[in-house]
Amino acid sequence: MMADGTAETARPDSGYNFAYLDEQTKRMIRRAILKALAIPGHQVPFGSREMPLPYGWGTGGIQVTASVLGPDDRLKVIDQGADDTTNAVNIRRFFARTANVATTERTQEASLIQTRHRIPETQLQEGQILVYQVPIPEPLRWLEPRESETRKMHALSEYGIMHVRLYEDIAQWGRIANSYDYPVQVNGRYIARPSPIPKFDNPKMDMNPAIQLFGAGREKRIYAIPPYTKVKSLDFEDHPFDVETWDEPCALCSARNSYLDEIVTDDRGTRMFVCSDSDYCGQRRDAGHRGHQAPPAGLLGQTGGKENR
Amino acid sequence: MQDGQQAPLLKAEGITHNFGALRACDDISLEVFPGEVLCIAGESGSGKTTLLKVLSGRLAPSAGRVTCRSDDGLAHDLYALDESARRQLMRSQWGIVEQNPRDGLRMGVSAGANVGERLMALGQRNYGGLRATALDWLGKVEIDGERVDDLPQTFSGGMQQRLQIARNLVTGPRLVFMDEPTGGLDVSVQARLLDLLGGLVAQLDLAAIIVTHDLAVARLLAHRLVIMRHGEIVEAGLTDQLLDDPQHAYTQLLVSSVLQA
Amino acid sequence: MYVAVKGGEQAIEASLRLLDAERRGDPEVPELSLEQIKQQMTLAVDRVMSEGALFDRELAALAIKQARGDLIEAIFLLRAYRTTLPRLAVSAPLDTSRMTLKRRISAIFKDVPGGQVLGPTFDYSHRLLDFSLAELARDETPIEEELPPAEPLPDTMPRLVDILNQDGLIEQDFPDDTQRPVGDLTREPLPLPAGRDIRLQNLARGDEGFLLALGYSSQRGYGHVHPFAGEIRHGYVAVEIVPEELGFAVEIGEVDVTECHMVTQFTGSAEAPPQFTNGYGLTYGQGERKAMAMALVDRSLRAEELGEETTSPAQDQEFVLSHSDNVEASGFLQHLKLPHYVDFQSELALVRRLREEHDKARTKDRDQQDAAE
Repeated sequence: MMADGTAETARPDSGYNFAYLDEQTKRMIRRAILKALAIPGHQVPFGSREMPLPYGWGTGGIQVTASVLGPDDRLKVIDQGADDTTNAVNIRRFFARTANVATTERTQEASLIQTRHRIPETQLQEGQILVYQVPIPEPLRWLEPRESETRKMHALSEYGIMHVRLYEDIAQWGRIANSYDYPVQVNGRYIARPSPIPKFDNPKMDMNPAIQLFGAGREKRIYAIPPYTKVKSLDFEDHPFDVETWDEPCALCSARNSYLDEIVTDDRGTRMFVCSDSDYCGQRRDAGHRGHQAPPAGLLGQTGGKENR
Repeated sequence: MQDGQQAPLLKAEGITHNFGALRACDDISLEVFPGEVLCIAGESGSGKTTLLKVLSGRLAPSAGRVTCRSDDGLAHDLYALDESARRQLMRSQWGIVEQNPRDGLRMGVSAGANVGERLMALGQRNYGGLRATALDWLGKVEIDGERVDDLPQTFSGGMQQRLQIARNLVTGPRLVFMDEPTGGLDVSVQARLLDLLGGLVAQLDLAAIIVTHDLAVARLLAHRLVIMRHGEIVEAGLTDQLLDDPQHAYTQLLVSSVLQA
Repeated sequence: MYVAVKGGEQAIEASLRLLDAERRGDPEVPELSLEQIKQQMTLAVDRVMSEGALFDRELAALAIKQARGDLIEAIFLLRAYRTTLPRLAVSAPLDTSRMTLKRRISAIFKDVPGGQVLGPTFDYSHRLLDFSLAELARDETPIEEELPPAEPLPDTMPRLVDILNQDGLIEQDFPDDTQRPVGDLTREPLPLPAGRDIRLQNLARGDEGFLLALGYSSQRGYGHVHPFAGEIRHGYVAVEIVPEELGFAVEIGEVDVTECHMVTQFTGSAEAPPQFTNGYGLTYGQGERKAMAMALVDRSLRAEELGEETTSPAQDQEFVLSHSDNVEASGFLQHLKLPHYVDFQSELALVRRLREEHDKARTKDRDQQDAAE
């Protein structure tokens, strides 16, 4: 959580364009995004630029965000579902420095959310944009290392091999043993990777009212899911897709329907389970929900919903 | 068998292929009819493997045309089709058995998945059904059902080859291409495999084009035989006739060398 | 009671201050000047310019200083700066036959027109630690003044491949480059399969260690190309642009480069008489090891177009081109440091569930066994 927002309200660094990228580059990326939206789930190559953040740390998401961000946007950045993890803070700092946009931690108030590894628990709305950071965009990559071959497989819908992998899981483990970055078929056509979100989040992609954009900087690919698009997680009729469940609710806000992080609290292996979506958890606590290990009201200080300009 | 009323499944006309200065195939024409087994025999370097690649849609020839007929009776110029249509045709109508089973199998996944892959590619989405079909086919190629979850690399060469055959036949293709299917196997294992192949071909009414250097394979499996040398067909005809009464000097040499051995 | 770890912002600020302190080291020791790095760490500067894809000694020295001598980090800094620079013009191809040479050797002829010029090289130095360097020299006479006067080198020295070309003994450098525009990896994603222009660009920016290992592997039999070091030259070459309004070339400065031509495995066919093929390497500054490795890998990557069997890593375009960039590789490898606890949590839940099922199955088996007995 930001201490008082001073760093984030600093004037943008001079010498760089709004949101760092020059306008020509943004136009190029926006063209790629439009193409990606027109062909849901299809990976569009783009001239990814070298960013001042390392590859693998969100350069694709950052370039997508930079290209669609306007001065009136309100930006939320999460990593592992939380606004206060160092990487989320770092990316928010980057846009605060280079674009001076308003930021928020409240999902419903954000016009643009950049995420790594989670989809917020709060239902997204029309007009919102969710930008995913993608390390490896190619769903066929572990089965076929060659780009020239995987492109053909996509073009010809030769996807049998995806189910081979699921078949093997069931044969070996009795169930599909894929827990995150679980492959999906978008709009009945292209198979895509949802980025390393837990499969718990996959159903949220289906018929989502928000625009979902995926940026892979190092691999130089952009893909997208337009609003209200069918997204199906691959499975078998007799081994249908399912999601993780927990035996206990969130220890802080008692939510039963959210993704829980496991926290080891001492060296004897005692654990507690709390929401990974820090904003969702905080808002629930603000609304009076109390988990069995919640601190007395007021002790945690302000929870979700901080805004900064 | 050949039938005057029936159109050929596959027809090659004037196939010529060059590798740089080397002419691997020189003006070759042939036909294969439904249910017919054609063997292409010759020594290594005779161009038979190149010809098989051309016939099976994996190598565009320098000149000539390959026409194939799909289920619906339509004839297609194989290399005039776009890649998508060609692959679709190959996937649904044909099987390809490689000489080295490692090239035709997915070595990293179980025997069951190897058999089921083509079915999954065609949209089958029932795990129980896939597994039942896999077990059924393992039985047909005489592999113990207990091995269904084992990786092919734990199989002997003969078992790998039989697994490859099951993987290809599971979708009921009409035409199968095989490159030296018994190559690299012990003699006793070869005999068993040939037996099995002969049975399957008859039972499923399959057409097959088999490349081999071994006239014994041709004798056992083929209805018709083509002898190649230096990229050309030197003699062609019904297998028994050709082997019992070879006309061309080269064929005579081949036949006599087999008899001596 | 659990209170979530907070304060990422302050932690990052503090980390950056610590980093500054580490970079500076003991304040009693004088700070490194960029001039010192430029003058005395020349090969580090050269490498950072090459793989950073920006010819600017001052900025490369700054990057090295800021990166505390970590050259891959320095390359990253330079690359990130480079993307923000406007493109004012595109230069004409460098004419390396018109090079002011500092060094030029050929391993394929005893003597060559213009002569073998050894120049500054580690090649014939004994790798003995020189303890006299441990002490700062008091009064130095410039070393160059101590050297016996050399004959001045001619302004242009023909390249050996050009001489071999006259007889058709070796293929032209770039026989087909006249019409097609040269690709630009910094603006377009890597196309696969890639043309030689893109491949060379990729290799020029590629990691020296990676190319060295690949080139070495080709020498040890993983895709042998029978290489001879045709010519290696290092020197200064003019950079020219052709402004549209002028229509002729104008020199805008010079850069020093190392160029390597490997003369390799000959080919031929019924139509074409046998001739040697070539592999090409070019770096900024003096980068012989890199230029030679690059030339070997360039040649290995041509296997397919030359009709050779491709069986080895160094011949595999997708493998080489997709993994040569150390900025990409370093970033992605190190991203494993970022939190992955959400994914790990779902993996953990899965493994727990599988273990439960495993236990259940084991118990059931045992019960059945007991019942049977």
